[in-house]
Amino acid sequence: MVDAAFLALSVITIGSAIAALEFRSLIYGSMALMGTLGGIAGFFLLLDSPFIAMFQIAVYVGSIAVLILFTVMLVKRELIFKKIEDPRRKFAGIGLMLILMMGLGSIILDSGLRTIQTNEPAVDFRDIGEDFLTYYWPALILMALILAGAVTGALVLARREDVEDEQRVN
Amino acid sequence: MSNELIDFVIVSIALLGIGIYGLSVKRNAIRMLFAVEIIINAANLNLVAFARFIPHSGGQTLALFSIAIAAAEVAVGLSLIIVAYRMYQNIDIADFRSLKG
Repeated sequence: MVDAAFLALSVITIGSAIAALEFRSLIYGSMALMGTLGGIAGFFLLLDSPFIAMFQIAVYVGSIAVLILFTVMLVKRELIFKKIEDPRRKFAGIGLMLILMMGLGSIILDSGLRTIQTNEPAVDFRDIGEDFLTYYWPALILMALILAGAVTGALVLARREDVEDEQRVN
Repeated sequence: MSNELIDFVIVSIALLGIGIYGLSVKRNAIRMLFAVEIIINAANLNLVAFARFIPHSGGQTLALFSIAIAAAEVAVGLSLIIVAYRMYQNIDIADFRSLKG
């Protein structure tokens, strides 16, 4: 059986995920996305992995959500409050979502995952640091290079001066 | 620990379904980025949940890598949206028709 903290966290996470996609205003939507990301951090705490939870809060809630908020502020005011979607596709999308949830859910409920429980102690976060510095060190360096390259590329793309003069459509 | 693995997996499936609904219905580029974020978070939740029940530290290490790569992806995605917005003055992906420039 699940406990009360799990129930509250799943209501917060799933509810604010729906709200992030359905709120009319993009600003409220990105704040609801912050709720989803914070709820996932709470799940990580329930799973006895506080290091990942702190990382999630620092990276997702702290930087990605704020970056999205700043991008939303750059967009024109009437676009922020306009809902852009295909009304014909909406019911098909909801049907697809329900079929996917029910299909995957019934497969997983029938599988052997249902009986898995554990009483073993959680993984110590010192093991993660040791993994990073011994077995995974080439991947760590590669990840640092990818992050540096991606951030530099994002800056170069966003600061292009020539876009507005030559290639604007209207 | 009172919560079982199957509970976390079901929450993760629900988040995946919501993300796929957003990707298929919405035409707003920023909202589609929200949907991608929700799907990535569902995957991370699965990774950490399975790592807790094995238990092994490899899943948590992979989740950390995944979070870092997702941060890079969001930075590039948002800057692409900004460039497209400056070119087309709109964030509707049905308007992004040309690959020029």
